[in-house]
Amino acid sequence: MQYAPQLYSAAMRMTRNRSDAEDLVQEAYLRAYRGYGSFEEGTNLRAWLFRILTNTYINTYRAKQRRPQETELNEVEDLYMYRRISGVDVAARSAEDTLFDLFTDDEVKAALENLPESFRMPVLLADVEDFSYKEIAEMLDIPMGTVMSRLHRGRKAMQKALIDFATERGMLARTPVPDTSLRNTTLRNTEEPTDG
Amino acid sequence: MADCNQTLRELEAFLDGELTDETQHAIHAHLEGCMDCLQAFDFHAELKTVISQKCLNDEMPPGLLSRIEQCFGEDIDGDGAIG
Repeated sequence: MQYAPQLYSAAMRMTRNRSDAEDLVQEAYLRAYRGYGSFEEGTNLRAWLFRILTNTYINTYRAKQRRPQETELNEVEDLYMYRRISGVDVAARSAEDTLFDLFTDDEVKAALENLPESFRMPVLLADVEDFSYKEIAEMLDIPMGTVMSRLHRGRKAMQKALIDFATERGMLARTPVPDTSLRNTTLRNTEEPTDG
Repeated sequence: MADCNQTLRELEAFLDGELTDETQHAIHAHLEGCMDCLQAFDFHAELKTVISQKCLNDEMPPGLLSRIEQCFGEDIDGDGAIG
């Protein structure tokens, strides 16, 4: 069960509470065991287990959690975090500080967990679990273009949340100073492609 | 040769390892000569690592593994242990 700790961490980000995460991992392993005949030897076992975990979450726990399924996300400008942190408005960040020290573990987890689910799942699967766009598209049953646009918007919203946390803790100045570099860059069209 | 806008547009796909060899080479070529873009890429690569590290350290509840193992009695992932 070498993947159990990874599955449990992912389940925590999905369900946002320990008891559901525990049940989810257990249920996913049970389904994996029952469906092991459908696993093709030589293919990626980790991806297969995550696919089962994701399906189990979507089909079972999402309904149980009774959270309204939010699909809206405030637009955040491209490179927002980069401009805030790399610019001259950094209050408490010394040259030795790294991004790792700027945010606490709990803040990063909360920033991810607070994303609406349709954005949280792609960001979790790409940034934390390092799956490919194709694998994520298959796991979530959405087109690759949708994976990419949700990743783009979800990442920006998560970065904005992290900046807000760091500002709240006094790690960053409240008023951003305009930065002239890379100023008016727009990375990609943020409209989600129509599915199908 | 890609310009700054074209390069930044591919930032995420580049860091996600999703570009074709050709595009990846074009981005590399631009980054070698552009400190502004290189810094932005470097920042986001670090950020991605930080996010992953900080979201993967949840401690498994005691007893979860053994409860899973009770559900079935064989080594399904070939790591030599039950489960």
